[in-house]
Amino acid sequence: MIQAPPTKTRPTYYEELQARGHSRRDFMKVCTSLAAYMGLEASGVAQIAKAMETKPRLPVIWLHFQECTCCSESFIRSSHPIVSDIILDQVSLDYTETLMAASGHAAEAAMHKTMEDYYGEYILCVEGSVPTGADGAYCCIGGKSAEQILQETAAGAKAIIAWGSCACNGCVQAAKPNPTHATPIHKLVSGKPIIKVPGCPPIGEVMAGVIVHVVTFGTLPELDGAGRPKAFYSKRVHDSCYRRPYYDAGMFVESFDDENAKKGYCLYKVGCKGPSTYNSCGIIKWNNGVSYPIQSGHGCIGCSEANFWDAGPFYRRMQSFPGFGIESNADEIGLMAAAATGVGIAAHAIGTNLRKSKLIDAHINEGKESEQEL
Amino acid sequence: MATHALRRVFVWELPVRIYHWLNALAILALVATGLIIGNPPAIQTGGEAYDNFWFGWVRYIHFIAAYLFFFNFIFRIYWGFVGNKYADWKNFIPTSKAFFKEMWEVIRIDIFLARNKEHMAVGHNPLAGFIYFMTFIAFMVQVFTGFGLYAAMSQSFIAGLFAWVPAFFGGDFGLRQWHHIAMWFFILFAMVHVYLVFYHDYVEGRGEISSMGGGWKFIEEEAFEHDEKLHQEKAAKKRVKS
Ligand code: SF4
Ligand code: SF4
Repeated sequence: MIQAPPTKTRPTYYEELQARGHSRRDFMKVCTSLAAYMGLEASGVAQIAKAMETKPRLPVIWLHFQECTCCSESFIRSSHPIVSDIILDQVSLDYTETLMAASGHAAEAAMHKTMEDYYGEYILCVEGSVPTGADGAYCCIGGKSAEQILQETAAGAKAIIAWGSCACNGCVQAAKPNPTHATPIHKLVSGKPIIKVPGCPPIGEVMAGVIVHVVTFGTLPELDGAGRPKAFYSKRVHDSCYRRPYYDAGMFVESFDDENAKKGYCLYKVGCKGPSTYNSCGIIKWNNGVSYPIQSGHGCIGCSEANFWDAGPFYRRMQSFPGFGIESNADEIGLMAAAATGVGIAAHAIGTNLRKSKLIDAHINEGKESEQEL
Repeated sequence: MATHALRRVFVWELPVRIYHWLNALAILALVATGLIIGNPPAIQTGGEAYDNFWFGWVRYIHFIAAYLFFFNFIFRIYWGFVGNKYADWKNFIPTSKAFFKEMWEVIRIDIFLARNKEHMAVGHNPLAGFIYFMTFIAFMVQVFTGFGLYAAMSQSFIAGLFAWVPAFFGGDFGLRQWHHIAMWFFILFAMVHVYLVFYHDYVEGRGEISSMGGGWKFIEEEAFEHDEKLHQEKAAKKRVKS
């Protein structure tokens, strides 16, 4: 049930965990593994623990727009549900469409209360893109368009976390021809720090790491040029891929049912986008570290990269070349251009001999004359 | 039939010639390895991964050639300011109306093959110069996209300078595609370039091909006299004016 807190004094995360019956030991385990994921030093564990013990929890508003909720699903299935427990908890999370118990006016009221009481303090998490086509009619909640809601909530947010590829780059609904004008958050909100956590969905542990960083340190994690937390997105899937030795050795799967596929060779030639994709899949993996796509024999489709739906096909490394048919790629177009150039050169050579014959003959005769004289 | 007296002109200085051949070598290596990296052949299908590194070597050669290409290019830009008049940057970037007028001349004579005419250009003709300017832009595209792709896997300072490029292109996908497409420009350019060198040598007989070896071209005495006349006329006009 949603309960807007009565005063500004909120319990700390640790207090809430204790109230929920978690042991100190569980708490320390979470702090340790999060510190490891976040790439902190050993002392980072204590820092996280201390922050969780002393700081009152940050108010969080978590919005859902044009999306499939896979980010939330990923988050609540992270290997340390304690984190999602305290963030998505009925007490902690002030508003989220999919998980809150309240509905209708009560839910809206709770959100507005948080927005007013914690103006400039709350963290706004956004899942999904915002359709700006047809005046926003494609996604309306409580009589307001997604864009209206976003602008209203963003105004008082301390920082915004864009969860998943939808919020970061529009994902599938923004693929050509993008009929609803699905727009990522950073194109609509300016003047607020935005953390992009792309992926379809992002890895649950990554989401936990990001949010714990924000709530414990009160600062944004260090971001790269594209606005993603460096701790999780500075390496390509390819850089941490256990099949990398096969890549360097030039040993490739040629088709999914060949001998090489059975032997576990590199999936580069069957379309693996690992070399162009920045994510932690090779390290943190999925489903509590059980496996990840490449380990299961399927190439990376680049789900955390902008525009990955249009950068296909998924099962070929070379991108298709727009305007020349679905199957054409840069090499095929290049070969055609080279053939055309060759024909042009041949035509020019023939033309030269026809139209400049006098000139050429004169040179040749002059040369012959000199030859005789020597 | 009158024969022409030819005078030896030193057109391409040694640094320009070295630049040219290093560039040719680097581009050849880059294109060959680039094509393999884009679409590796299935040559290694047995044995253990730790016994082999051929794809790694192909990429290694690509990266070394890229550094060579990059520094060579920087050097050539420098030489455009200190080299002789045929190496000067003004050969490439149009700075006057006359440049365009002469460019049209070249198009008329060498592309549309005006009957039995030849164009006199001792260094780069303006059309060629302008196309080289385009190639410099292609060089830049290749350097930026290439080092942009390389930055993520390199600790080097130089590659680090290009770390911002992927975000600018909206990620590695687009970057890789542009890098690949731009490669084809180099292939087409090389085809036309080699053909035209033969063409000029064949039609004009001034030693076009060998000029990139010894640096010499052989220009008819009349051309100097013609030039002399022009100079004198100009000087006379100036005198009249003053
Ligand atoms: S399977 Fe994909 S990520 Fe792994 S080494 Fe091959 S190309 Fe790279
Ligand atoms: S391996 Fe690639 S496609 Fe799969 S989840 Fe990771 S980033 Fe996304």
